[in-house]
Amino acid sequence: MKILVVGCGAVGSLFAANLATLDDVEVWAYDLAQQHVDAINRDGLRLTGAGEVTGRPHATSDAAELPACDFGIVATKAMHTGAAIAATAHAFANGCVATVQNGIGNEEVLATHVERVIRGTTFPAGKITAPGVVQWDVKGDTTLGPFEPKPAPAEEIERLADACSRAGMPTAAVADARGPQWRKVIFNAATNPLGALTGLTHGRVCERPDLRRLASTLVDEGKAVAAAQGIVLDADPEELIDYAARPEVAYGHKASMLQDVEARRQTEVDFLNGGIAGFGQRLGVPTPAHESIWALVKGVEAAWQQ
Amino acid sequence: MRRVCVAGAGVIGSLFAAHLSRVAEVSALTRREEHARALRERGLRVTGRADFLARIEAATSPRELPEPDLVIVACKGTDLESAAERLEGHWPDSIVMTVQNGIGAGDVIARHGAWRLLTSVTFMSGTRHADTHVEYVLDTATWIGPARGTTPDDARRVAELIVSSGLQAEAFDDLRPAQWSKLIFNATVNTVAALTGLPHDAHFAALAEPSDLGFLVRGLIDEGKAVAAAAGVPLREDPWEMNVLATKRGSAHYPSMLEDVEAHRRTEIDSITGALVREAHRLGVPVPLHETMERLIKAKEASWHIGVGSTEPTK
Repeated sequence: MKILVVGCGAVGSLFAANLATLDDVEVWAYDLAQQHVDAINRDGLRLTGAGEVTGRPHATSDAAELPACDFGIVATKAMHTGAAIAATAHAFANGCVATVQNGIGNEEVLATHVERVIRGTTFPAGKITAPGVVQWDVKGDTTLGPFEPKPAPAEEIERLADACSRAGMPTAAVADARGPQWRKVIFNAATNPLGALTGLTHGRVCERPDLRRLASTLVDEGKAVAAAQGIVLDADPEELIDYAARPEVAYGHKASMLQDVEARRQTEVDFLNGGIAGFGQRLGVPTPAHESIWALVKGVEAAWQQ
Repeated sequence: MRRVCVAGAGVIGSLFAAHLSRVAEVSALTRREEHARALRERGLRVTGRADFLARIEAATSPRELPEPDLVIVACKGTDLESAAERLEGHWPDSIVMTVQNGIGAGDVIARHGAWRLLTSVTFMSGTRHADTHVEYVLDTATWIGPARGTTPDDARRVAELIVSSGLQAEAFDDLRPAQWSKLIFNATVNTVAALTGLPHDAHFAALAEPSDLGFLVRGLIDEGKAVAAAAGVPLREDPWEMNVLATKRGSAHYPSMLEDVEAHRRTEIDSITGALVREAHRLGVPVPLHETMERLIKAKEASWHIGVGSTEPTK
């Protein structure tokens, strides 16, 4: 079985390195960062921290080198999905493509380029510390399911989930993956931008009662948009927010959006608050808080152009 | 009116004190002793639109100053409480005029004494170069209206005094329509600028894309208008039109709250957005967007004192 990881940042690297330890899987990694690609091909892809793993995927920044693959795992930042899948779609003429990205709206973009799409959500996290080296910060589960308008066959989704699980990335294949996806997107959209706009870590956001209430307002709007689609959340995002605020979990963690803002990198807000607001508008569910937060973060990005 | 005391000698206070010294006996009530001493010893230099050296009295306690006919409280909103405490128990026959942004400054003063009060809003601006040197930049007006225990005539007399000193001023029978227009405008533009880092430019009026800031700006203004309507105050100008007009000027204005945030200084959020939100709660008008802005600004202020977090989960 051939699996292509599209976008070999922190999360993509966790999948690529672990999957590459399996004898029956040939792993390819497509990424535009040439130094990272060269280091992977020279020394392998090394994970440290929550797990010590070195895998040897075939890495390339040239999509023309890619073979036909059975599966894709797309792990780019959400705003790069379109360009990444446009470049690699030829490898998936007979394959299925999963997204493990943040936010909502990624499956729709994939479906404009490939025929069999897998909806996915993943909780593991880490960061690249050097070319070819990734610190694995948080272990966690992955859920895969069909993207309803252009679904991958259930047995194929199970085959990919099985490979990920055997590789040390616990993954469940389910009939409806929207619940876990919306739980995560609501969690991210309710907390990441509050950190990004105020400069506070996750725990600091949560210990200010007024900000914590604002997070709950954002959660409630997100839940209403999910409910309007008939989505049953697999757990309450509020629990995840409080769990993550614990000192031993992510109290002092700067949300990725805050890290993006501090580095003046474009954020994923269009796919988080913007995604929820967009679905809300189509469904007739008001999301004034998400719209406000979305506009403020876009304003922050606009200020860098001045 | 023969004697004026200016409480708080920042930019606005210094501009008032220096100009008024040409037509009245002026003293300055300052927070810092070295500031008072510098004013006594070196006077107060004005440059820019005017160029002169003013001689004024200065002290940190009203006890050391002659009783004035008029006190102009010109400190920032964040220092208002301590300025009022300093005045407490003194000068019962004086008229006290506030010039702070927002609304509610008079209420703070009123808790500390039974003075007759005037309310005002000022559009003049300057730059402070030193304790004893202020540059007069924008010669726009100060608007004055009656408040507790005063009449439109009192407002007119003070406006005339200020105009005779070389500054611009105008008296209103009821200042609230102008004050509320400015409050809604300020609560909106200052907080959006402070949270995004944008000066007051075309983004604030953009309504093309769903994520454009114009929708948030309009939403904030609409909430403010609903509060003003519930308070029975007709607005003098439409804050949305003020916003659109301001974004069409050649150079974008840098709102003071944005400057405060960039300098990691405490902002005037309590006396601007906070005042609007308190009025809204009193009147039972929902203002979720202003509450959101207030929470975010206060949290941003708090972040400066906590220090940085890590980029890693603490394990």
